[in-house]
Amino acid sequence: MPPVLIIGEVTPDGDAASITGELIAAARPLADGLGVELVAALPGTSSQRAAATAITLGADKAYAVEDPFLDDPSAFDAHVAAAQKLCQEIGPSIVLFGRTITGRDVAPRLAFRLGTCAANDCVEVKLDSDQRLAALRPVFGGSALAWVRCLGDVAVVTVRAKAYEPLEADATRKGEVVNFSPGLGRDAVKSRLVERVKEDQTQGLRLEDARIVVSGGRGLGGPDPFVHLEEIAKLLGGAVGASRAACDAGWVPATLQVGLTGKTVTPDLYLTVGISGASQHMAGCAASKNIVSINKDGDANIFKEARFGAVGDWKNILPAFIEQLQELVK
Amino acid sequence: MPLNIIVAAKQVLDPEMPASAFKVDRDAKKIMPPQGIPPVVNGFDENAVEAALQLREIHEGKVTVLTMGAEFALDVIKKPLSMGADELILLQDPAFINTPDSFFTATVLAAAIKKIGEYDLIICGRQASDWDSSQVSLGIAEMLGLPVITLGRKIEVGDGKVLVQRVLTDGYEVMEASLPAVVTVSNEFGEPRYPTLRGIMQATRKMPTTWTSADLGVEIPAPQLELSDLFVPERDRQCEYIEGSDEAAIGRNLALKLREAKLI
Ligand SMILES: Cc1cc2nc3c(=O)[nH]c(=O)nc-3n(C[C@H](O)[C@H](O)[C@H](O)COP(=O)(O)OP(=O)(O)OC[C@H]3O[C@@H](n4cnc5c(N)ncnc54)[C@H](O)[C@@H]3O)c2cc1C
Ligand SMILES: Nc1ncnc2c1ncn2[C@@H]1O[C@H](COP(=O)(O)O)[C@@H](O)[C@H]1O
Repeated sequence: MPPVLIIGEVTPDGDAASITGELIAAARPLADGLGVELVAALPGTSSQRAAATAITLGADKAYAVEDPFLDDPSAFDAHVAAAQKLCQEIGPSIVLFGRTITGRDVAPRLAFRLGTCAANDCVEVKLDSDQRLAALRPVFGGSALAWVRCLGDVAVVTVRAKAYEPLEADATRKGEVVNFSPGLGRDAVKSRLVERVKEDQTQGLRLEDARIVVSGGRGLGGPDPFVHLEEIAKLLGGAVGASRAACDAGWVPATLQVGLTGKTVTPDLYLTVGISGASQHMAGCAASKNIVSINKDGDANIFKEARFGAVGDWKNILPAFIEQLQELVK
Repeated sequence: MPLNIIVAAKQVLDPEMPASAFKVDRDAKKIMPPQGIPPVVNGFDENAVEAALQLREIHEGKVTVLTMGAEFALDVIKKPLSMGADELILLQDPAFINTPDSFFTATVLAAAIKKIGEYDLIICGRQASDWDSSQVSLGIAEMLGLPVITLGRKIEVGDGKVLVQRVLTDGYEVMEASLPAVVTVSNEFGEPRYPTLRGIMQATRKMPTTWTSADLGVEIPAPQLELSDLFVPERDRQCEYIEGSDEAAIGRNLALKLREAKLI
């Protein structure tokens, strides 16, 4: 019986990255529904430990896929070739990847090699009544949701990070760990990493990890007002984000962009100033616990998703808001 | 060495239409075209055209724009020509409907690129803003056996190679591949140029080449992804608007409300 395969990820320290557990949690009901094995693959240079973890997280069998060419998350050519070899070996009916730096390039390329295409960035997967895989995808920038059915011989899906909670780890679970070396040669690699440059100079708190995020948009009118947002972030122990409009205008670095093509944040408090709430922006922040917005247009879309709204010009609202905050956190 | 560059550009519904204009016909599984809001060239594909034009300025050569669809708004899809592209090829056929089935789209585009024959670089957008599939470019690369580098924000060509700065969440990385290659660009590449008046005049006179599925000799592949439902998600949050005698008071009350709700 063709198994369900998840392609997990290995951290630089050799642990299973969190997406691995999320994929296993997404795939477990599929494998059970089909009555087949759930196989996890952990590609890297040293992935034994991550493979063993995959078993505790719910996989029936785990492949430690090891090759010197799999040394980097951006070694896409090698990751595609390794996944292809593994698929030849085990012939899965469903392959799940994470929608991560690696998955977003590797999964579709594997799919095309297998004669199909991927269902990308899915937030839910299930079996239809005819046992075909159906996947729920936000489309049109998140304005709509689409169920797509995978009709090919193999279903290839990328699952959005954090769409699934990992199952509880159970150290007593039994399962086979298999060593698999794809034996990649230089010919598998067509593009080469030359250098990597870190530009985000943020000290300490990362935007993605912050419990409080203060984001500014085009309504701020320029780079200078962002100092107010920084002040708020500092007062509350949060981080500053931005809409694409503010990033594209060059007011703040592109690394601050929140949204469909920027970062995904899930803070307890997401405070926006001068952001209209376009669906592509909300795609990156809608899962925040509380959205609070300051905007001079009371009909702005952002208020449809906000818990609290302050309608008015930020130039008048922010100084008093900050003054009051200072008093409160004193 | 002059460069033959092919840009794949798609016509899409305007993704920045007001939320109130966005309506889904769930039975037909279609977005209803908004009244009075014309379609646009996919934003990232305008970045791709810009990238191609900049490379042509340095290396000379030719920029050919390729677009697939069942129907086009000619004045919209001609925009790359008015920006300065040399040629526009419409892959137009009733069978070329807009679907989330990227296997189909990539098959048709790859067939057209084969028919064009000579190319050094194929530039695509990072994703089409309708289905957000972000894989047609990867499919073209796989079908043609070419290297592919995604999410470009800067592209340089020399010595038969392409060097691409790829966007990362905390910076960028430089990847290199031999030509011919496929590259996708992101908005970080920079604003696409506005068409000049002269460009618009020239584009009016230029007629696109049209190829049907028969011209391409392409066999329509078996469907791989089928749309089974399309709907607008419910948003059930009730916003509480903060009151105050003036905007400063609203600001103060907002801070107090955040404390009351234990958000700060
Ligand atoms: C494929 C695609 C991907 C995209 N990805 C992203 C993404 O990842 N992230 C993202 O953010 N966007 C993204 N966008 C862009 C998105 O569609 C919007 O264009 C963008 O989010 C708008 O940014 P904004 O809200 O800052 O600007 P606007 O929409 O212009 O809104 C500005 C707001 O500021 C308010 N305002 C103006 N002056 C004041 C004032 N003095 N005081 C208070 N309020 C004021 C206005 O009422 C308005 O609501 C994407 C678009 C596409 C097509
Ligand atoms: N119908 C089409 N015609 C021309 N180019 C397309 C078409 N569909 C997709 N593309 C190209 O492929 C890129 C990625 O699209 P997608 O995979 O659909 O998100 C787009 O930015 C375009 O460059």
